[in-house]
Amino acid sequence: MNIGKYVELFVDWLSEVGRPVFNQITIFIENTVDILQEGLLSIPFYIIILLFAILAFYVKNKSFRQYKISKKNWKNLFGLSFFCILGLSLIYLMGFWTQMIDTFVLVLVSTLIVLIIGIPLGIWCAHNKRIYIIVRPLLDFMQTMPAFVYLIPAILFFSVGNVPGVLATVIFSLPPAVRMTTLGIKEVPKEIVEASVAFGCTPRQTLFKVQLPLATPTILAGVNQVIMLALSMVVIASMVGAGGLGESVYAGIQQADVALGFEAGLCIVILAIILDRMTQALGDKKEEL
Amino acid sequence: MGNKIEVKNLHLIFGSSKKQAIKMLKSGATKEQIHNKTKCTVAVNNANLTINEGEIFVIMGLSGSGKSSLLRCFNMLNIPTRGSIEIDGKDITQMNKKELLEFRRKKVGMVFQHFGLLPHRTIVENVAFGLEIQETTTEDRLRKAREVIDLVGLKGYEDSYPHQLSGGMQQRVGIARAIATDSDILLMDEAFSALDPLIRVQMQDDLIELQQSLKKTIIFITHDLDEAVKLGSRIAIMNDGVIVQQGEPEEILLHPANDYVREFVGNVDMSKVVTASSIMRVFREKLVLGKDGPAYAARKMSQNNFRFMATVNNSGVFQGYIVERDVRRLLEKNEKDLSKIVMDIPQVNSGTPLSDLLPLYIQQKYPLVVVNEKGIPLGYVDHTDVVSLVTGYNNGEVKEIIENASN
Repeated sequence: MNIGKYVELFVDWLSEVGRPVFNQITIFIENTVDILQEGLLSIPFYIIILLFAILAFYVKNKSFRQYKISKKNWKNLFGLSFFCILGLSLIYLMGFWTQMIDTFVLVLVSTLIVLIIGIPLGIWCAHNKRIYIIVRPLLDFMQTMPAFVYLIPAILFFSVGNVPGVLATVIFSLPPAVRMTTLGIKEVPKEIVEASVAFGCTPRQTLFKVQLPLATPTILAGVNQVIMLALSMVVIASMVGAGGLGESVYAGIQQADVALGFEAGLCIVILAIILDRMTQALGDKKEEL
Repeated sequence: MGNKIEVKNLHLIFGSSKKQAIKMLKSGATKEQIHNKTKCTVAVNNANLTINEGEIFVIMGLSGSGKSSLLRCFNMLNIPTRGSIEIDGKDITQMNKKELLEFRRKKVGMVFQHFGLLPHRTIVENVAFGLEIQETTTEDRLRKAREVIDLVGLKGYEDSYPHQLSGGMQQRVGIARAIATDSDILLMDEAFSALDPLIRVQMQDDLIELQQSLKKTIIFITHDLDEAVKLGSRIAIMNDGVIVQQGEPEEILLHPANDYVREFVGNVDMSKVVTASSIMRVFREKLVLGKDGPAYAARKMSQNNFRFMATVNNSGVFQGYIVERDVRRLLEKNEKDLSKIVMDIPQVNSGTPLSDLLPLYIQQKYPLVVVNEKGIPLGYVDHTDVVSLVTGYNNGEVKEIIENASN
């Protein structure tokens, strides 16, 4: 059987018919990425490092006010901020600052698109069994299909550059956003949902006053996974011309340049750790001091 | 006190082929047969209830008996398959979405077994929840919430979070939330079942007290008969989706409708529920002091085979017993005045529970007398009746045991 051929025909047909739509999407994403990249690069690096450090402090402590520094808790309070300062300075000193910003923006844009699609879809799945039955195998498919495969139709639809990279990333990292949102909402104790209905909540009120607030930690855990997947995919997406740190790694492979490959890889690790710890801290409950 | 809620022919069936299930039910199929054929579960089967305004109506049954499913029909969390529920003369099963929302917001509050509080909100925000969704102003609802929190005895905990409170206190929050909306019907789904026994008794007492001042119509679900008897002005017992008996607690305890109820009732502490009036025997004859003489007394006693007789004065007030032996002695001495041989007997009134009667029997050879508030004798409580109630033996067996013991 020649399934691949039919898929190819379908993809060809789609790229022909969908051309105007794809063009619009391309322009939109390209502009967004460009503006963000240029905007961030126009700010001096030390200010961005400082902003990262402050943000890290805030997500760790959920507030700028109530804290007392002691020997025990200084690690908790300032650990991540220190790491941001050291790590990002290292990236700057190694000369990968521009690439790091490029990668960061790609991850940011991809993640935003994923959340805009994934969270409503997850909510829908949680409320409608049929939709869930249809969506679930699709998610499985998206997650298990080797990531490189997405790059091929992405090129056909969006040619080369950052845009196919972003869209392949979106497809690759969408599943956890949907899954974790569905899970989070389904996990809300039945009695609490029942209580809200019993007191006269409309479905919308139940969703916004009860289900989403209670599902937030699970959804944030999903966001964390999305960001991590996006970061790994953005590197792979350099094969279709997406810029950033992935491009450097790819260049390192092609030139068998160990030094370049290692340095770029190290930058990715640093960025990954910062993003991971920050988003994880978002989901944690505030520690009582 | 009028009828607040009228439930007629209520059926609740879970599953997809409800029509077929109803048809089978009509033709007399059992729950199992219906489940095997249609995969439908019959949760409530033809329930008919009348609930009065201001009463605590208890629905009781083991788990799986359909009691919680029935309760959820009263605010349409479960939508009845057939039948009607009229509340204040309005059938809630016929309401449209908007009316139903309004009904849930204004008329009916609910308390849950595991409290169902919002963990991310403080106590005062939880209590104000019912008002918040009605879009009242923040100031109004917080003031009302604080009032109600005070009422349930949680003053000072307004800004705590649910997880910081004990189970009993969390349930107080649940109750506060339910009454904050000023709804006049309260649905309580095993509200105290998750609490430990001491707290539970306390909560029951508090609920009764609260009820006396608020006069809500409360529908209370429980699997515990002691709780049902304590709280309920009337009780309905459910088994397998069917209401097998409903009535006042005493009626159910003393006259169980079938074996299921009897088994249920078997474990309850009768002495707390049964009162003197429900087990007393009526005096067929009384002697009037100053009018009837010993000869008359002796004749009545031998005619009816009495060991003793009650005496009253001219205005009918109880004076005491006279016993056969003393009457005979009086006759031998040829004296006329019965008042010399009257024995003092402890008197109780008709509402005295059995548990208070028991200690009086320790030094008492003759039955206790039940009198009304004017002192007029209504009847007597015989030893054998008391023993048979407490032990579960019937009267004949008790008599036999007593005789065997005295031989």
